[in-house]
Amino acid sequence: MLRIRAVGRRFDNGVEALRDVSLDVAQGDFVALLGPSGCGKSTLLRLIAGLDRPDTGGLEWDDGRRTAPGDIGFVFQDATLLPWASAEQNVFLPLRLRGMAWTEAAGAVRATLARVGLEGFEQQRPRQLSGGMRMRVSIARALVTRPRVLLMDEPFAALDEFTRHRLQADLLRVWQDVGCTVVFVTHSIYEAAFLARRVVLMTPRPGRIEREMDSTLVIGPQTRLDPAYTTLVASISRAMEQALTAA
Amino acid sequence: MNERALRAAPLLFGLLALILWEAAVRLAGVPVYIVPGPIAIVQAFLADPSGLLMSLASTLIVTFAALIVAATLGVVLAVAMAASRLARAAIVPWAVVLQVTPIVAIAPLIIIWVGNPFAALVTCAVIVAFFPVFANTATGLASAAPELSDLFVLYGAGRWRTLRLLRLPSALPYFLSGLRISGGLALVGAVVAEFVAGSGGFASGLAYRILEAGYRLQIPRMFAALVLLSIAGIVINFGLGALGDFILRRRGDAPIG
Repeated sequence: MLRIRAVGRRFDNGVEALRDVSLDVAQGDFVALLGPSGCGKSTLLRLIAGLDRPDTGGLEWDDGRRTAPGDIGFVFQDATLLPWASAEQNVFLPLRLRGMAWTEAAGAVRATLARVGLEGFEQQRPRQLSGGMRMRVSIARALVTRPRVLLMDEPFAALDEFTRHRLQADLLRVWQDVGCTVVFVTHSIYEAAFLARRVVLMTPRPGRIEREMDSTLVIGPQTRLDPAYTTLVASISRAMEQALTAA
Repeated sequence: MNERALRAAPLLFGLLALILWEAAVRLAGVPVYIVPGPIAIVQAFLADPSGLLMSLASTLIVTFAALIVAATLGVVLAVAMAASRLARAAIVPWAVVLQVTPIVAIAPLIIIWVGNPFAALVTCAVIVAFFPVFANTATGLASAAPELSDLFVLYGAGRWRTLRLLRLPSALPYFLSGLRISGGLALVGAVVAEFVAGSGGFASGLAYRILEAGYRLQIPRMFAALVLLSIAGIVINFGLGALGDFILRRRGDAPIG
């Protein structure tokens, strides 16, 4: 669906965030970009979103057309909700920015909130919600436009472990239901192993893709107890270790 | 320490100070035309309450007119600055010039240039009150999280929608705290302008009453006018603070404190 071809990006301060990065993302895939801070994974995500432009190389969407607003959902590390607006109004925002009226959008907004498990919290302000629930609102906001690709930049990094586990499991369920493509940035090997169908290992200075690993993990309620999960974590750890010492 | 004692403390302290003041004036036998006691001041007020209150009303009308003009001008210029770098470059130095120029020094000129006495007083007060509400609003317009700005770009929101749905609402708490500071300053500006204009022979605000009482050596009346001014300042400050808290609470924000 998306082909990233030999992309390079150097910031004005001279830092080379990405060098010669190529990656194919297939329709419906769940790709994790994994690496330590400074490996350019967030920069790559911003390039995919169109929030930044590469200096060299390019990105192609398979049908050749440029992405329209709403084709891409973006979830940041912080929930970044409008503090003065209710959960419902926050999720409505992307539709409102496309000129939709509330009466047209209300059904989709409520359905999306229900999908992320927030039925009954529509009228709450962000301040009244827990960190995990705020992140759910943020995910609902990204999903409400039915995006072709969902980009997530360490969305669960600031949550406690129990909340994180629950959100990870719910994210997989939503991904299976909705059938959109996900590109997920993380610095947690466990998170990448649990979530992704494909794990992309990145190394810093300059940011580049070291290796890609496919996961055959069966998604289910027992995944974390599955020996295959532990094995996958171990092999990713080993590969990451090698990549970092070689770099 | 319980809440009620903390609330009562400033009142009790003020009362104690008044009693000590009255006692000191009486015991030392200071004449009222040098330092009047609180009782003499209250008597001076009661001797002509309507005259002083009319003057207070006149000063307050100038103050609020100036506050409304300063707030409108401040928001409009802050939005212009947020919209265009050229406008920012053009406005900022002049806003600073306006802020650092002592109003006392330019008030006589303004009173000469602006023919209408009311407009002249309001102009002086606007110059004093303008800066805080303007500078705070400008800061507030730029205060939205960069991720939220990115999100608006991602969804193709134009400038107008970004302003209306993100930047203006982000600026609201900043605007309200700027407005509170400007409210107090508008009163200061109005009084200063009245002092300057008062010696020129028009207007009837509280500052003019103070000057007039001074010329006639009616020192208790001078103090009474002064007390009314402080009360007006306190009410404006707390009133605008309460208004801000109310608006933000209704919107679901945490109060700015």
